[in-house]
Amino acid sequence: MENHFELGLDELRQKLLMMASRAETAVNQAVQAFMQRDHDLAVKVRADDSIIDAFEVEIDEMAIQLLTKAPLATNLRLVTVAMKISQNLERIGDEATKIAKRARDLAQDPPVKVNLDLPRMAGLALTMVKEALDSFVQRDAAAARALIPRDKEVDALNKQIHQQLAQHMMENPDTIARCLHWIVAAKSIERIADHAKNIAEEVVYLCEAQDVRHTLGKSSRTAAD
Amino acid sequence: MTAPNHNLRKFKNAFMQTLACVCTVLVVLPLLLVFYHLLKEGFTAINWAFFTQLPKPVGETGGGMGNAIVGTFILLAQAALIGVPVGVLGGVYLSEYGGTKLNWWIRFAADILNGVPSITWGIVVFALLVVHNVTVFGQVLIPRGFSALAGGLVLGLMMIPLVMRTTEEVLQLVPGGYREAAFALGISKWRTIVQIVLRTASKGIVTGVLLALARVAGETAPLLFTALGNRFWAHSLTEPIAAMPLQIFAYAISPYDDWHRQAWAGALVLLLLVLFLNAGVRFLTRDRFQRKG
Amino acid sequence: MATTPKNPPALTARNLSIFFGANQVLKKISLDIAAKAVTAIIGPSGCGKSTFLRALNRMHELNPEARLEGEIRLCGEDIYASQVEPVIVRRRVGMVFQKSNPFPTMSIAENVTVGLRLNGVRERRLLAERTEQSLQMAALWDEVKDRLHAPAISLSGGQQQRLCIARALAVQPEVLLMDEPASALDPLATQKIEDLIIQLKRDYTIVIVTHNMQQAARISDFTAFFYLGELVEFDATTKIFTNPAKKQTEDYVTGRFG
Repeated sequence: MENHFELGLDELRQKLLMMASRAETAVNQAVQAFMQRDHDLAVKVRADDSIIDAFEVEIDEMAIQLLTKAPLATNLRLVTVAMKISQNLERIGDEATKIAKRARDLAQDPPVKVNLDLPRMAGLALTMVKEALDSFVQRDAAAARALIPRDKEVDALNKQIHQQLAQHMMENPDTIARCLHWIVAAKSIERIADHAKNIAEEVVYLCEAQDVRHTLGKSSRTAAD
Repeated sequence: MTAPNHNLRKFKNAFMQTLACVCTVLVVLPLLLVFYHLLKEGFTAINWAFFTQLPKPVGETGGGMGNAIVGTFILLAQAALIGVPVGVLGGVYLSEYGGTKLNWWIRFAADILNGVPSITWGIVVFALLVVHNVTVFGQVLIPRGFSALAGGLVLGLMMIPLVMRTTEEVLQLVPGGYREAAFALGISKWRTIVQIVLRTASKGIVTGVLLALARVAGETAPLLFTALGNRFWAHSLTEPIAAMPLQIFAYAISPYDDWHRQAWAGALVLLLLVLFLNAGVRFLTRDRFQRKG
Repeated sequence: MATTPKNPPALTARNLSIFFGANQVLKKISLDIAAKAVTAIIGPSGCGKSTFLRALNRMHELNPEARLEGEIRLCGEDIYASQVEPVIVRRRVGMVFQKSNPFPTMSIAENVTVGLRLNGVRERRLLAERTEQSLQMAALWDEVKDRLHAPAISLSGGQQQRLCIARALAVQPEVLLMDEPASALDPLATQKIEDLIIQLKRDYTIVIVTHNMQQAARISDFTAFFYLGELVEFDATTKIFTNPAKKQTEDYVTGRFG
């Protein structure tokens, strides 16, 4: 006889993966639109964000319903983690939308002549998102843990780009408006990496019941300090 | 759902219902007939004298069965004194103690004893008490001869297996949960049995005792060998004593009409006694409260 | 595997094995029951949890074929030592059963004090005090204080169960054992019993057998999972129900079997 509860959990997992796939695509397309100054693609990304938002609502509803059945142990952790991951995915979608908006604005103007590592940064962030979601599917806590420190690289790149653009803006004041868009885009990518890290932390909790938020990769300050 | 089947079922239904009615009537009818007959024949002889006076000498009319009625009650009282403690305690043993093998044998013995013809019981007590003196340490405890004691003893012995089995069954009906609850409170086994189990089963045990009394009240054959019967009031338990079944028997086989009528009256009184005991059982076992869910 | 409760354990079992005839029902159970806390015992039917519970107050001995190996200590004293009478153990370790069983021939007040009276206590003032005290502790006083002499069976199912709890408390045990006390009750009555248990654990050590895992999660501090006569896992309740160490526990708790 079927275990209806297990079926419900499977459905939740599926929905989450569908949402994840949409979010990945959104980030991909947003970065592409930004780098290639593709106005139409940017508009599309913004329009598609509503689908990601709808997924978050649906997943939350499903999770609440499953909670009324009082799941325990792994099932309990899965449901609560699903709610958190969906929230992070929705924010990733929002950041992609922000990048798309900047892309749309920049598309009209001539390109900025600075050698920036934005594509590499975007690549790193995208890889983090993909690997975080893979670790969820594979229930691979080790892979998730390995992911978490890489957020620092993205942070470092963001800082570097920020400094480069600041320098450029001081030297070429007529590019300020366009550079500001780039700064915002970089910030969004940095945030996307943060969210990917959050997802990895939730995966560690799901697999090992260990709450590693705010602990890994930080200095050894304890709560007692 | 065809019509022919329907009619057949209706017919079968009506037939069985009629059959059941007829059987009920057949069962109740003898009782009603007996009662009617007793009333018709014996009612005229029932008066105050019947209950209080001794039988008149042969040839004289009037008199009563006073001594026989009192005698029956005395015999039943003795029977109860013997049958109730032994029977109830035996029932307690069977239900609450004992190994399964031994208990099986005890039950087997009790069931056989329940089926022993009453006249056999009479002969046994005859041989024990009537034929010899009963001596203890050289002192004569019960002199030989027919006596009320012997009559009481035989009726009591007959009651024992009956009371024992009904007590055991009633105790088994007490849910085990009550015993467990009592043990869990640290109450000892014996106290649990007396204060909890027996108290809960008391109505059932009294029912069993009353039914056993009703059964032995009408026994005639064993009394022939033990109590014998007496035309006068008995003054001590070591004398023969009158009893209703014996008196009814004596009157019934006599040639006198007046005695016949008194025999009918005696039979009627005996039947009323049994009915009264059974009604008492019904009254005791009525369901008194509405229980909340 | 055992966690470290604040006080010394109220009951300890060491290598406890119980046999009914040739059938081994419990296999070398070692367990510490924390004092003034609720310990729940869960597991599928036939896993030995009720047998274990009954061993804690020597009630399993009512089965003539029962045989025990290993030891159980109540506050350090071996309850199976040869000079120890079961009756004494049961006054210190009380029990409440699945089906409420107030004595039908007694009133409410008589039921509460039966454990005292049948053990020789006669003083009326003491009995009256203990009656009120126990009924208060069982959260039943307000409902019955005006009809203490009504027959005990005139109460509802939930009230009868609370009466049984009051009856058990009246002899002032140290430990209270409960064998699925709410499984025969409706949800509202169950709720009251659960609230009562949480309140009682301030003063009593409680061990409860339940087949309702959510109930164990709601009211217990420690949970033991039994399976086929063995103790599979024993830990703080939160751990057992959010992240059990053994796969068997995980499977049982998430409903994959049992």
